[in-house]
Amino acid sequence: MPVKVIIPTPLRPYAGKQESVELEARTVGEALAGLTSRFSELKKHLFAEDGRLRSFVNVYVNDEDIRYLQKDQTSVREGDIISIVPSIAGGSATSGATFASQARPY
Amino acid sequence: MATKSDIPAAQPQAKAAATLSKEEIQRYSRHLIMPEVGMDGQLKLKQAKVLCIGTGGLGAPLGLYLAAAGVGRIGLVDFDTVDSTNLQRQILFSTQDVGRPKIAAAADRLRGLNPDIQIDTFETRLTSENALELFKDYDIIVDGTDNFPTRYLVNDACILLGKPNVYGSIFRFEGQITVFGHPGGPCYRCLYPEPPPPGLVPSCAEGGVLGVLPGIVGSIQAAETLKLIIGKGESLVGRLLLFDALAMRFRELKLRKDPECPVCGENPTVTKLIDYVQFCGIRGEEAPAPQMTVPEITPKELKFRLDRGDDLYILDVREPHEFQICNLGGHLIPLGDLSRRVNELDSSREIVAHCRSGKRSAEAVEFLRSAGFRKIWNLKGGILAWSDEVDPTVPKY
Repeated sequence: MPVKVIIPTPLRPYAGKQESVELEARTVGEALAGLTSRFSELKKHLFAEDGRLRSFVNVYVNDEDIRYLQKDQTSVREGDIISIVPSIAGGSATSGATFASQARPY
Repeated sequence: MATKSDIPAAQPQAKAAATLSKEEIQRYSRHLIMPEVGMDGQLKLKQAKVLCIGTGGLGAPLGLYLAAAGVGRIGLVDFDTVDSTNLQRQILFSTQDVGRPKIAAAADRLRGLNPDIQIDTFETRLTSENALELFKDYDIIVDGTDNFPTRYLVNDACILLGKPNVYGSIFRFEGQITVFGHPGGPCYRCLYPEPPPPGLVPSCAEGGVLGVLPGIVGSIQAAETLKLIIGKGESLVGRLLLFDALAMRFRELKLRKDPECPVCGENPTVTKLIDYVQFCGIRGEEAPAPQMTVPEITPKELKFRLDRGDDLYILDVREPHEFQICNLGGHLIPLGDLSRRVNELDSSREIVAHCRSGKRSAEAVEFLRSAGFRKIWNLKGGILAWSDEVDPTVPKY
């Protein structure tokens, strides 16, 4: 099934600077595997070493969090939109370069 | 009131002065003539107490709109001073405020906007030691901070005290907004149980923020705060609003309360505030990465050698848009492209790599040394140090 994966701003540098990627997949797991095989750098940002999705990254099928569906086994249908939503912390005095730490730009 | 609310309002303690003066009635007339606010809502605003954590990009529109709306007591927490790079987005401050404590400049601005309200100022860092004491007198806490440790601290303190946390965060041109800590609703840890490890930092080129973005996100936080106070409308409790200013698109995701949440779940394991800096795996506010020990050259040494006519090859590992801001006439290969473009470099020549502050170029030097380059140095302190020590006409950014 062709599905669309929306890449969040902080991860776009690791996904060919694309805002979204169209993929063939039957489940969320297949879609993410397809995505990380196409963009290998993305893998360490999405998955921990044990292969589990990192706890500061959530994945949604349309508006539902896959943690409350069937996780990576969640099936997807044609036209579904998969969103990757990492935590971001920016907001006040610094630059907002805060995807992974509150470090200022160096 | 005309509409039925499905969210309970924050409950300010009853105050004696629950009336509006003639001047206040005139000031708030555009609220009063609207049934969703009306006299009842305006009195709730007057009695409300809201604590704003941070007076920066998000805190600026937030503070302005809360003060303008007549929120009776507004607390401000910040420890920073205004600098000129803030003015691109922190609309509480004017050029003449540069160098002043943000708290003082913000309080002046808000008191000027609305002299009838009480502004409490706390010129301090929010810490595990002072958070509960600071929060306890307020009905609603609004998180306008800029780092993970403080965000987890604000969340946990709100859950421990049972106070709603109006959350907003931004990155470049994207924002996330919701309301955490409302009775029955999810908290920040339900959404993100843990912060990202400090190792996964994007390159500095990924920094920056569109100036108007915090204006929009902070204004949405203000709207959510006002709605919680007057108890009208549909709050963002249980919904994460995503905003992309570049695409100009809002999206909405469902948030659920996690029954296993360590703070707000059925069997909480976090029952008091912890060390959030340690929890986030970083040592301090600036979170400097461990300095790599690579061969370095100081700006003065480099200048001396260039003046002497030594054949040095300057390698600039910043991004093209940074090169446009200022450059030292070096050969541009962004750090991310270096492994692919290493054949553009001649390992028999002496190479000095630089970036903005010396950190990315240290990575570049380390990489090139592992690739067999031996005559390579990192410009210590980067363009910033070059501007300070050699050529002040080079702008710092």
